[in-house]
Amino acid sequence: METQTTTGLEKAKAVEKWRTHLFPAGLAILILLNILIFMEHLGFSIVSRYYKGILILAFINIILAVSLNLINGITGLFSIGHAGFMAVGAYVSALLSLNMGRWEFVSPQVQAVIQFPLVLLAGGLAAALAGLVIGIPTLRLRGDYLAIATLGFGEIIRVVALNLNITRGARGIASIPNYTSLWWAQLFAVVTVVIIWNIVHSNHGRAMVAIREDEIAAEAMGINTTYYKVLSFTIGAFFAGVAGGLLAHHLTFISPKAFDVLKSIEILLMVVLGGLGSITGSVIAAIVLTALPEVLRFLQAYRMVIYAGTLVVLMIFRPQGLFGRAEVDLTVFKSFFRSRTGEEVTSRPEKRGGNGGSA
Amino acid sequence: MALLKVEDISISFGGLRAVSGFNLELKPGELVGLIGPNGAGKTTVFNILTGFYQPQEGRVIFDGKDITGLGCHKINRLGIGRTFQNIRLFNELTVLDNVKIAYQYAGRYSWRHTIFRTGSYRRSEKEIADWALSRLEIFNLDGKAGEIAKNLPYGEQRRLEIARALAGRPKLLLLDEPAAGMNPQETMELLELIKWLRKEFSLTIFLIEHDMSLVMKLCERILVLDYGMTIAEGSPEEIRNNPRVIEAYLGEEVS
Ligand SMILES: Nc1ncnc2c1ncn2[C@@H]1O[C@H](COP(=O)(O)OP(=O)(O)OP(=O)(O)O)[C@@H](O)[C@H]1O
Ligand SMILES: [Mg+2]
Repeated sequence: METQTTTGLEKAKAVEKWRTHLFPAGLAILILLNILIFMEHLGFSIVSRYYKGILILAFINIILAVSLNLINGITGLFSIGHAGFMAVGAYVSALLSLNMGRWEFVSPQVQAVIQFPLVLLAGGLAAALAGLVIGIPTLRLRGDYLAIATLGFGEIIRVVALNLNITRGARGIASIPNYTSLWWAQLFAVVTVVIIWNIVHSNHGRAMVAIREDEIAAEAMGINTTYYKVLSFTIGAFFAGVAGGLLAHHLTFISPKAFDVLKSIEILLMVVLGGLGSITGSVIAAIVLTALPEVLRFLQAYRMVIYAGTLVVLMIFRPQGLFGRAEVDLTVFKSFFRSRTGEEVTSRPEKRGGNGGSA
Repeated sequence: MALLKVEDISISFGGLRAVSGFNLELKPGELVGLIGPNGAGKTTVFNILTGFYQPQEGRVIFDGKDITGLGCHKINRLGIGRTFQNIRLFNELTVLDNVKIAYQYAGRYSWRHTIFRTGSYRRSEKEIADWALSRLEIFNLDGKAGEIAKNLPYGEQRRLEIARALAGRPKLLLLDEPAAGMNPQETMELLELIKWLRKEFSLTIFLIEHDMSLVMKLCERILVLDYGMTIAEGSPEEIRNNPRVIEAYLGEEVS
């Protein structure tokens, strides 16, 4: 019994010791990837256009999955309209890029580097605003109103894009400048993951998780649940908008069809597959689900059958998703270092004797 | 001056008058019990005091401030903490996180610190963790800090819920049947714990309890509710011998 008791405490202390220093373990992969991209810039063509395209899509999907996970997995809301926010970001940023005009005082390359992040930010902010507008009325209510509202919102955005002049209806918007390089996509994916990771591991994140666990208890513990629900929803919408902008400037063509319910479900699938509540899971699932259809390409017509079958089997054997709610972070390396160096987790000398609390 | 003053609150659900004309005055440091048969409206009183329900009539004054109709989380921050009849822990989280969540608003850092993980973020997080651990120590739960809350034995879950309620540093603590489901041994320990907590944190405590022996030993004053109405109020001795109370409990042993 006593040993069991100390493990509980040591476990908690070990987590505490490392928690605030953690960083997603994908860092190593990113460094490798950057070497790759750098080589590319030096003229060594290692990655073909085809693979580069897939990598860019994977990064965009990481942003989408991680931001939806903040809403659905961390805060426990159920949003199925992520493609709608993507659409807002995509259209706003694409239209801005097309109407920005040429700046006289800098070269076109420099203009692109300055203009692109601003345009993406504007797309993200527009999506966040849309999130705020549907979030405030629906999130004050308990229950699944959000699912219905977000589903409706996604459809409304699609129909609006189909019918407005400025969005050019079903023809869509073409010849958007191709600004989304591998580097930009990676930068935004990393920034998104880091920001959301840091939010989740802060007192704000704890408030969101508390809402997921028990909204009533969260209220009773002094958490403004409406505020945090709207906030989480708006932050998620913001990053979906940024991802939409990246996609628009990658494909150079967008039309309402690209942002239908199926797209929302595809993102939801990544989140569920990776594990609701696990950021690591979302990242991995986004990569796997982007690559899988390509890997299975040789199967031709059977491709989608295998793809769907894989998902069904996974959900049967691991309904909580690949990672559940677990995260892979530096604690993994911690036990490794410990066994190598023989370092012990500093255990505080037991100083408890008779503290007044009986029990 | 009274810490809590409840003036004539009433609430109905459909045709059912769950609480009617409830009055209460709690002086700082008092320990008062609320008893009554099942469905008498006890939990409903708690839900009104903590802002989960809006009373249709009456006012609630806490610490000199009218809190009627104020949001739940605002009332909690003003200094009313509570536990729930059917334990409501953050089940999938660790014992430590359960306490941290309740403490968090006190050690708040800004968004800039959150996103950039500044030194201030680290310091605050460390402070929150240390504080939460020290709190768990009081409840003899520090050994379980890393365990998932739902895996704790029942008695410890009840204790954790009290620890969590206290993490918000309330002035008034509302306990809804804290001894429910505990064995006599655990109940006795709980009795001592409540007495000690009250002294240590100079708490005012208002508690609902079905375990008569606990209520009689613990409380200085007891209110009895039946069909939403207060049918008796007084010292344990007075309540024990009150014929209306004995009647309400239909011959149940009130001692
Ligand atoms: N939200 C609600 N909607 C409708 N009826 C309610 C609601 N909350 C409570 N009631 C009713 O009000 C009455 C009082 O309920 P309450 O939970 O306050 O009783 P209680 O004294 O706590 O009983 P117990 O000892 O069983 O916990 C019950 O008849 C209950 O069904
Ligand atoms: Mg009750």
